[in-house]
Amino acid sequence: MDRILPHFKALDDFLKKHESKIKDLKFMGHLFRKSLLSMIGLLLILIMIFLALFAPLIASQHPSYVKVSTEQGTTVTEERWDIDFDQKLLPPSGEHLFGTDDYGRDIFSMVIYGSQTSFRISIIVVAVSTLIGIILGGIAGYFGGIIDEILMRITDIFLAIPYLILAMAVAAALGRSIDHIMEALIIVWWPTYARLMRGQVLAVREQQYVEAARSIGASNPRILIRHILPNAFSPLLVEITLDLGAVLLVAAGLSFIGLGASPGTAEWGLMISSGRIHMLHAWWYVTFPGLAILFVVLGFNLLGDGLRDITDPKLRR
Amino acid sequence: MEKTIVKGTNLKKYFPLKEGLFSSTKDNIKAVDNVNIEIKKGETFGIVGESGCGKTTLGRVLINLIPPTAGKLIFMGSDLTKINKTVLRKLRPHMQIVFQDPSSSLNPRMTVKNIISEPLKINKRFKGEELNNKVLELLQIVGLDKQHMYRYPHEFSGGQKQRIGVARALALNPDFIVLDEPTSALDVSVQAQILNLFKDLQKKFELTYLFITHDLSVIKYISDRVAVMYAGNIVELAPTKDLFKEQLHPYTKALLSAIPVADPRMKRKHIHLKGEVPSLIKPPKGCRFHPRCSRCIGTFCSKNEPMLKEVKKNHFVACCQY
Repeated sequence: MDRILPHFKALDDFLKKHESKIKDLKFMGHLFRKSLLSMIGLLLILIMIFLALFAPLIASQHPSYVKVSTEQGTTVTEERWDIDFDQKLLPPSGEHLFGTDDYGRDIFSMVIYGSQTSFRISIIVVAVSTLIGIILGGIAGYFGGIIDEILMRITDIFLAIPYLILAMAVAAALGRSIDHIMEALIIVWWPTYARLMRGQVLAVREQQYVEAARSIGASNPRILIRHILPNAFSPLLVEITLDLGAVLLVAAGLSFIGLGASPGTAEWGLMISSGRIHMLHAWWYVTFPGLAILFVVLGFNLLGDGLRDITDPKLRR
Repeated sequence: MEKTIVKGTNLKKYFPLKEGLFSSTKDNIKAVDNVNIEIKKGETFGIVGESGCGKTTLGRVLINLIPPTAGKLIFMGSDLTKINKTVLRKLRPHMQIVFQDPSSSLNPRMTVKNIISEPLKINKRFKGEELNNKVLELLQIVGLDKQHMYRYPHEFSGGQKQRIGVARALALNPDFIVLDEPTSALDVSVQAQILNLFKDLQKKFELTYLFITHDLSVIKYISDRVAVMYAGNIVELAPTKDLFKEQLHPYTKALLSAIPVADPRMKRKHIHLKGEVPSLIKPPKGCRFHPRCSRCIGTFCSKNEPMLKEVKKNHFVACCQY
């Protein structure tokens, strides 16, 4: 009993300390649960994340063509790049849930492994863009004047070029690879965040608690990080959620026109691209990767809309 | 001999109005124009005036939250306009401010404990357990409770929020506090509580206040000396008693005639001012009040800018007629 008691006290203290925060989270959860569509969105995303995380357990086949042969009791895996003619373009069946492609690969496995690629691209692109945007937008908004002018004109230059064309140009110049697609998309995506962040900082900067912080002797970095950032972030959160879907869509598009993933990779855009010549006699080849894209993007959009409603200050207490 | 805590000489604060990207400053908003002010240690100095007359700006300038455009500003012996940033940050703890709107002056994402302990952390006064105890002590001083420590500002009423703001200002043991309309966002019964809190704190900690308000009954209750501001200038300055007994400046007369009296049968003479408050971009030449003044004596008033003059003992007025 003596051993458990201190733990109990610690838990009690913790709960007391964060009572307000917990209440706030509960309230947000309550608002979130009330909106059916954002719940559906969250469910879709959670399913896809689950599939991506446990892909090796769920998929029956590795997409990069692994054949398993058994030699003297030990399993040896090797990569092969030849076509398995017996398995080519089979319709959906019990063995191949979504059918097979023109190399004889299992499309169900490829769709699942493809979610890993897609999530990786979206998350990295959005995270890096957000970081760049927060830093540049925050500095521009907070310090204003000539710094603001310079940073915002640079942002304008990037925004002046149609984003898809800029992304294509950068991706084409860098060469065909998923990493290069990510770089191209980051270059295209950060200006939006810088703009949004600057606007937010401009609004929050004028709040009296910022002035109060200055009057107690707080330094500029402290004011920015402790007072302005936390209060400027919530509209960005909505943008981030919506952009996770948008980035995925554009990345798939770039792969579709042959600028993204190298052939043979499990990537949804690439799969649709290579499946389109077989569209009439093997509908499953393009349909399932297409549906995967549809559900993920839809999920992020519904979730983003829900978050927008929740973070709307008029709805809060 | 009373000691001076802050003294401003010929203080000016102009806000530039800019148009377009590369254009130079076209006009200035002259929020504070040639103000001389001296606040003595231990007193409550009131500033009254209508909206937009520059009283809030003057309060901010006096603690150098907004640096003045011109003039000299001596705070406890050092010239705030000349010292560098590091020295200024060391002086900050001596001068604090309580804001008008208690909801927007507290960071909504910080708990009460973090709000009150931030000044102590920045100035490295306390740590760990000691910090906790200090916050508790401050909460008790302003009449709040231990249980409020981990709550967020939106869970409090207006009066309670203002108490949190006061606790934050008190945390660094300041000498001089600017109270920028601290009661105007509160309802009347809470106003009285907060005003009494200010009075108690002043006695306890030997504070000097600069009390900015447009509420004349509040100023009558709390302040020792009052300055009346009009369009960026101080037009009259006197001990509170004297001012409420006899007003010398025509604007002050009109202002004080507007105080409501609790007796409906009492006959009162309202002085109605004609015209509007002048624009601070292009204020009238000479005496700024002359276009609205009933006792204006023509070109003399519109040409000469009156300076504050001691007309009676400790009673200053800026008017051409004295």
